[in-house]
Parts: sequence; structure tokens; C-alpha cells
Amino acid sequence: MRFSLILKVFFASLAGFAAGPGQAQSGAKPPLVAITAIVEHPALDAVRAGITAELAAQGYKQGESVRITFESAQGSTATAAQIARKIAGDAPAVAVGISTPSAQALAAAAKQVPLVYAAVTDPVAAGLIPAAGTPKEKITGVSDMSPLGDQVALIREILPGAKKLGVLFNPGEANSVALVAALKTVAAKAGFEVIEGPATKTADVQQAARSVLSKADAIYVPTDNTVVSAFEAVAAAGRQARKPVFAGDTASVAKGAVAAVGFDYDTVGRQAGALAARILKGEAPGAIPPEDARGTDLKVNPAAAAAIGLSLPAQVLARAKAL
Amino acid sequence: LSLLAAIGALETGLIFGLVAMGVYLTFRVLDFPDLTVDGSFPLGAAVAAALIVGGHGPFSALIMATAAGALAGLFTAWLNQRFQILHLLASILTMIALFSINVRIMGKPNIALIDTPSVADPFLAMAGPDWGKSLALAVAAALIWALLARFLASDLGLALRATGTNARMARAQGVDTRLMTYAGLALSNGIVALAGGLFAQVSGFADVTQGTGTIVVGLAAVILGETLLPSRRLWLALIAAVAGSVLYRFAVALALDSDGLGLQSSDLSLVTAAIVALALMAPRLRAEWRAKRQSQANGAKAP
Repeated sequence: MRFSLILKVFFASLAGFAAGPGQAQSGAKPPLVAITAIVEHPALDAVRAGITAELAAQGYKQGESVRITFESAQGSTATAAQIARKIAGDAPAVAVGISTPSAQALAAAAKQVPLVYAAVTDPVAAGLIPAAGTPKEKITGVSDMSPLGDQVALIREILPGAKKLGVLFNPGEANSVALVAALKTVAAKAGFEVIEGPATKTADVQQAARSVLSKADAIYVPTDNTVVSAFEAVAAAGRQARKPVFAGDTASVAKGAVAAVGFDYDTVGRQAGALAARILKGEAPGAIPPEDARGTDLKVNPAAAAAIGLSLPAQVLARAKAL
Repeated sequence: LSLLAAIGALETGLIFGLVAMGVYLTFRVLDFPDLTVDGSFPLGAAVAAALIVGGHGPFSALIMATAAGALAGLFTAWLNQRFQILHLLASILTMIALFSINVRIMGKPNIALIDTPSVADPFLAMAGPDWGKSLALAVAAALIWALLARFLASDLGLALRATGTNARMARAQGVDTRLMTYAGLALSNGIVALAGGLFAQVSGFADVTQGTGTIVVGLAAVILGETLLPSRRLWLALIAAVAGSVLYRFAVALALDSDGLGLQSSDLSLVTAAIVALALMAPRLRAEWRAKRQSQANGAKAP
């Protein structure tokens, strides 16, 4: 352990010397973290705030031990491409691309710069990483994909004896098809058999819910636009069958879901900030596995649980934010 | 301003220089305010990206992108000429429709082209990673400029210009002005879609939202070029449009670099607008200042 640390310090100082002659004046300057986003909006701004907060928490204070710059493309992909070139020219220690186009522009224009992407829903389809959980040589990051693992774990915690989990979705929504495929893997690990309930339009949702409830112990509704639009119908079918309904988004808890765990963008930013800090400390981005958003935002609906005679475990209630 | 940031401005400027030439063709030559370009720019990107991901070569993908853009232009011209829909509205309708069509073409809102072959590859091998893309784009812009300048000097091109200058007079001379409107819009949107296809290949992605504001940037480039390089010759005016576009992108690059002045990232558009406005005011202010000094000198000479 000691030895590897010494090696690391040695190589870091070697790299410092190698970079020295080229930028003699900037040698004393703290490392640069260049953040860029496609546009300013609440979710992306929260990510950016989370990154700065996490870097500060890890001892990287703006202006003292690190220089943090931020550029917004103000909604223009052409400007995003130009910002990426500017960042390539500034040669920062870490570049952070918030949102898919900003991260892609950086990946294409700043190939030599370590890149952390954040709030990219599908980094594999975006061409940033070769496969889920596998970083590229210079690229790692945090997606804002639905935290399926945390959601299935929550269902298992509330229903320790359940075997069959129904899922309602529209097979016409590419996003949902991908989610259900991923759910099958995750659910199998938690000991659930997944029962699919396809509904191609909102009018079909109630019937699909009834059909699935006759076979399954509980229903999970992913972030599917069709099913979420008819969430009240699913909740009603659940009450009738006295079986719980879980959701992939916390907004559905108010509409009758027993519980849901989602993520907030501040946490996505904090995760990305932690990855950036690891790169600043000398780790190679290619050695840091990319992450998904962590499910930290737990909401429960005790009234909906009581209506079907389900009592929520005390530790779930303790973690939850009140409805 | 770092060298790479300057090269980046040049690259983006050359791509939108193509857009500016297309916009010049409709707004100035044909006198047809065409907003289709907000849709045909991402259309070119979408077609090129979908074809490249599907295994087609980057050059043939660009040709198909250009053809798709020309089709979009023909549709606007058809709405306008066949049904007498106001030119602005006809082009807005095509632009709106193209958003959905672009999602259909790509099958999703965004396609990555990060490690795929691009038309810039031979140039990257020739000029290195820094200048390769600029060189490729400069060759593309020069090629389109040469073809367009040659076309506008031909009989057909002259008929197109006559249609824009005085349609009634042109008809009296036997010019088919309807045909010219179709041809002009197809040509203009074809060039814009080519620019979109180049943008996707050079920037590493095609995104349905990338068309927003294309017309504004194109027009700004045309006007910037006209102010700084005023000329009645068409071939020079086209060069001026490209130069205007490159200048506009340098304004953006300067604005991006101005964070030392107490400005924040959200001020980018304001600073860009201020720099462009200054560039537009400069020739006039200088002329007025010179005239004033002249009259002062004259006044001093008079008793």
C-alpha cells in the first residue's frame, strides 16, 4: 500500500516535470476543472452546484486549490462544439460535460482531456462509454437513468416474501423497453420473477393492471409516459386487489403509489464531483467505473399502504421524506 | 484566446459559412425569407448520422443529406407556389414538420458519431488533429462557393437573380419564376443540410434540437459580411457571408474568454451580441468621425 502511494507520488511529480517547461508560468496555478452544460435550467444547475459542493467537501476550494470554470452553450449545439474546442485548448485537469450534447461535444473535440459526464441518461447510446459500468480510456461519469437497483431493493425491503413482480409499460416507448429489459436482470438478482403487462395506450392501462395483478404480488410502474399518465387507474386496480403499487418516480406517490425512490440532480452532481476529485488525485478515468444516479429520494404513502392492509417497515419510514 | 479555441471558432464559422451562403441565396438573391433552414440543418445532420451508423460511407452520407435538404426546400416552395401560402408561413410549416421527421429518421433524439469515420479523416491524416477539421471544412466551403458563384453567373443563375430582383419583369422576359423559386429553395436548403451533415461528423453527434436559431446565425453572418465587405459582385458577397460567419464565431470565442471581466457564463449571448454590434457600428462611426474631422479641417482653412 505504502509502496503504491510512493509510486503514485513519483509518477505525479514526473508528470509535473514533464508538463513544466511547456507552461512554466502556470506551474504554480491550481488545477483547472472546466464544467460545461448545454443550457441553464434547474436540474442542470443543481448538478453543477452539486459538483462544486462535492469538490469543496473533498478539499478542492474554488480559487485556492482548484480553479473551476463554467460555460453554458445557452441552448446552442454549435456553441457547445465551440466551448468543447476552447476547453481542449485550456487543457484542464478534468472536464465535466453536463447533458448529452455537451458531453458528446467534449468527447469528440477534447480527446486528450479526462472527461466526467453528468446527467446523461444513456451514456452507452450517447457513444461515451462502450458498455454500462465500463469506462472509456479518458471518459467516466454519472448517468441520470432511473435507479432500478435501489427501487427493486426497496420493494424487496417492504415485501420480503414476494415472488412475482408485475411491470406495466408501453412496448412502443423505446425508453421503457430498455428499462424493462434492465429490470429483469436486476429483479432476478433480488429473487423476483417479472410479469410483463404491456399497454399501448392509456385506455388499456387499467385492464393490463388487473391482468398483471391476478398473477403478481405487486406492481412496479417504471417512468413510462403512457402508464404514468394513467397512474390513478393502476392505483385503483391495486386497492381493489389489495396489492401494493410501486413507482419509478416520486411524483406518483401522491397519486397512490405505496412508495418510490427517485434521485435528485444535486446527488448526481455530488457523484460526478466525487469522480472528478478522484481524477484530480491522480486516478485514471479509465480505471473509474461509471455510475448511475443513486436513489436517495425516498417517498412513502402510509395511507395508501394502510388501505390495502400493508404496514411499512420502520426503517423505511425512518429514511423516507414525508409525503 | 488559445489556439485551439481559435481553430474551433474557425471550424464552426466555416460550417455556418455554408449556412450563410444558403441564406444569402434565399434572402438576398431570391428575395424569399426562408425559415426552413432551422429544420434542414438538423435534417442534414440526422440523415448523415443515421446513414453513417447504418454503415454507409461519410461522403455518400453527405450527398444524401444534401438531397434530403433539397427535398425540404422543394416542399416549402410547393406550399408557397402551388397553394399561395405566404413564404414565411410556408417555411415555418416545413420547419415545424421537420422536427418530427428528424426524430423519425434517427429513431431517437440524438445519435453519437464519436468514433465513426468522417469526411475529415483524410484531412486529419494530412494536417494533424489540430488543423485537419478546419482544412476539410475550408475545402467544403471553397467548393460550394465556387459552384455557387459559377451557377449564379450562368443563364439559369441569371434567371434566378432576375426572379428575386423583379419577378414581373422576369416573367415578361420569359423566365419561369415558379421554377426558379423551386430551384433556389432546393439549392439553398441542400447547402444548409450539407452544413448540418458536416456539423454532425465534425462535432461528434446529431441532435434534433441543433437547428434552433440557425436562421438567426445565418442572417447575422450575411449582414455582418455585407457591412464589413460591401460589394455588388455576387462572388464577393458570398465570400463576405462566409467571412461574416467566421467573424461571428470569433465573437463567440472572445465572449467565452471574457470571464475575467466580472462576467458570468449566462452573459455569453449578451457579450456576443455586443461584439457583433460593435463590428457593425465601426465602419459607420469611422466614416462619421472622418467626415467630422474633414469639415473641421475645412472650417479651419476658411477665414
